[in-house]
Amino acid sequence: MNYQVNEKGYYGEFGGAYIPEMMVPNIEELSSRYLEIINSYDFRQEFVDLLKNYAGRPSPLYLAKRLSEKYQSNIYLKREDLNHTGSHKINNTIGQILVAKKLGKHRIIAETGAGQHGLATATVCALMGLKCIVYMGAVDVERQAPNVKKMRMLGAEVIPALSGNQTLKDATNEAMRDWINNPVDTHYIIGSVVGPHPYPDMVARFQSVISEEIRWQLDEQTGRENPTRVIACVGGGSNAAGAFYHFLDQEDVELIGVEAAGKGIETQETAATLTLGSPGVLHSSRSILMQTRDGQIAEPYSISAGLDYPGIGPMHAHLFKTKRARYIWATDDEVLDSALELTQLEGIIPALESAHALAALKKIHLKPGEVTVVNISGRGDKDMETYLKHFGY
Amino acid sequence: MNNRINKLFQEKKEGILSVYFTAGYPNLDDTIPMIQALQSNGVDLIEIGMPFSDPIADGPVIQHSSLIALQNGMSVSKLFDQLKNIRQSVEIPLILMGYINPVLQYGVDAFCQKCSEIGIDGLIIPDLPLTVYEEEFKTIFEAHNLHNIFLITPQTSEERIRTIDQASTGFIYMVSSNATTGAKATVSDFQKDYFERVNSLSLNNKRLIGFGISNAETFRNACQYASGAILGSAFVKALDGPGTLDLKVSGFINSIVIKS
Repeated sequence: MNYQVNEKGYYGEFGGAYIPEMMVPNIEELSSRYLEIINSYDFRQEFVDLLKNYAGRPSPLYLAKRLSEKYQSNIYLKREDLNHTGSHKINNTIGQILVAKKLGKHRIIAETGAGQHGLATATVCALMGLKCIVYMGAVDVERQAPNVKKMRMLGAEVIPALSGNQTLKDATNEAMRDWINNPVDTHYIIGSVVGPHPYPDMVARFQSVISEEIRWQLDEQTGRENPTRVIACVGGGSNAAGAFYHFLDQEDVELIGVEAAGKGIETQETAATLTLGSPGVLHSSRSILMQTRDGQIAEPYSISAGLDYPGIGPMHAHLFKTKRARYIWATDDEVLDSALELTQLEGIIPALESAHALAALKKIHLKPGEVTVVNISGRGDKDMETYLKHFGY
Repeated sequence: MNNRINKLFQEKKEGILSVYFTAGYPNLDDTIPMIQALQSNGVDLIEIGMPFSDPIADGPVIQHSSLIALQNGMSVSKLFDQLKNIRQSVEIPLILMGYINPVLQYGVDAFCQKCSEIGIDGLIIPDLPLTVYEEEFKTIFEAHNLHNIFLITPQTSEERIRTIDQASTGFIYMVSSNATTGAKATVSDFQKDYFERVNSLSLNNKRLIGFGISNAETFRNACQYASGAILGSAFVKALDGPGTLDLKVSGFINSIVIKS
């Protein structure tokens, strides 16, 4: 089975580039040049150097002893939370800012949910001296205030998206409209493995450093490259794409994605796309999405702004359909419990998004002797207000 | 089979006035009276907007009208119900304009079948790319005598314009500027160059200019460079406020086409 994108930009039946004509020149330019750019010697040099010396990679792979003891198994944490800017998002923004420079663009736009991608974009724009505009749902501007302040301090302009539920989907709409209005000098740094081809593939390649490292780190620590399973949260699915990437063809490795069920999959307030969705086109790619029977996109909900999205990357839709990966869900309450558990057992405050991956530990049967890697995609600083509200400290 | 769009472009060589409105806005049941009023006020071609929750190619005015229309209960099936007998009173060409996802959910075959039963002449689906259209949709559209209208923009290369011209059967929708709908436009030198450049290509298909055409002056200017022009956001905006639908429609059309 082939899990990679084909030459037409599809993963099985999912993917493609359902773009308005106004976006065609930019997408064609990117499609025809991204592989040549990211495979070039110069690019590799600069990318690897920045990941190491700027972002602080490799991120540690840490055997969580007390957590392992509790679940009577071996649990390793991939510490993407320790990257510069506090999440895996920096892997992609470093890659894309270098692509943007090669394409001669000097204005950068991005969408953001939790603010982690916006922050990572604002950061690399400061680093490269490029103008940065970040679209963020007005609700998210409110609930992720610390990241908004950081982005502004970094020199980015943060524009609240006022349509829809004023969350990630709406921010993405606004960023796409900006690109239509500014087709010449602008590069759109999409933050997840969503959007038209070649974005899902390009972002997955930049994030694949996560699983590349897991393999050699695990080998170094345990003498085997393949764990029993890898668990990651999925909204659009970029950290999961990165954590799964080098295991896709290792069929003995179980891959588990955890969606945000919000207040429960039986309620209207949920973002469990693969669990509840059906095939359709959102944000220029054919994937699985939450929608009405009439094809209107549903308004999602999750406590976690980064997973509050009614679609999912086409790569995940394909992994779901082919059953290469299994997708489960966790509710807001389960996620809060798991966040507190990690905090008090291991001294690591995870992002709400990453706590979804941790919640899976209670939902699957871990056996002694098995090795489970949980991707801790980001740190919890930005979520302190939510945590404090719920835990009452 | 002759299509009303082809007939229009054969009979009228200049000053074609095309108007867009969002079905279900301002009220759910305005669709039929709106089409009738547009026809009786001399509009040549109507684009009926099928509202979508996430219209990425549209600016704030059409986003807002789409949201209200959806809140009013508009849907593809509802619209088809409303349009069922439209050909008993309306002769001018009708085009449906909307995004691909609601069409996919309705089912492409069933959708085209309905269009053909009603007497729809063409479709504008901005996020249906040329390649996907040709591979998956073209045969179905053609079987139902539906023209698929493609867009070109100032950034579209000459090579691609020619490919689109080859694939087009009704007319080409010439987007006036690099913008989502409803942007303010004047005919700048840049646009003049673009319009003249396209005219010099001797394309097979006629063009209508849209996006940013908002008043008599921009309409008249656009008509100098194409067979006519399309008004969308400006018309939708004119539907705000008090007054009967008939008065708003006639007031708007009279403000665009100054009777000589």
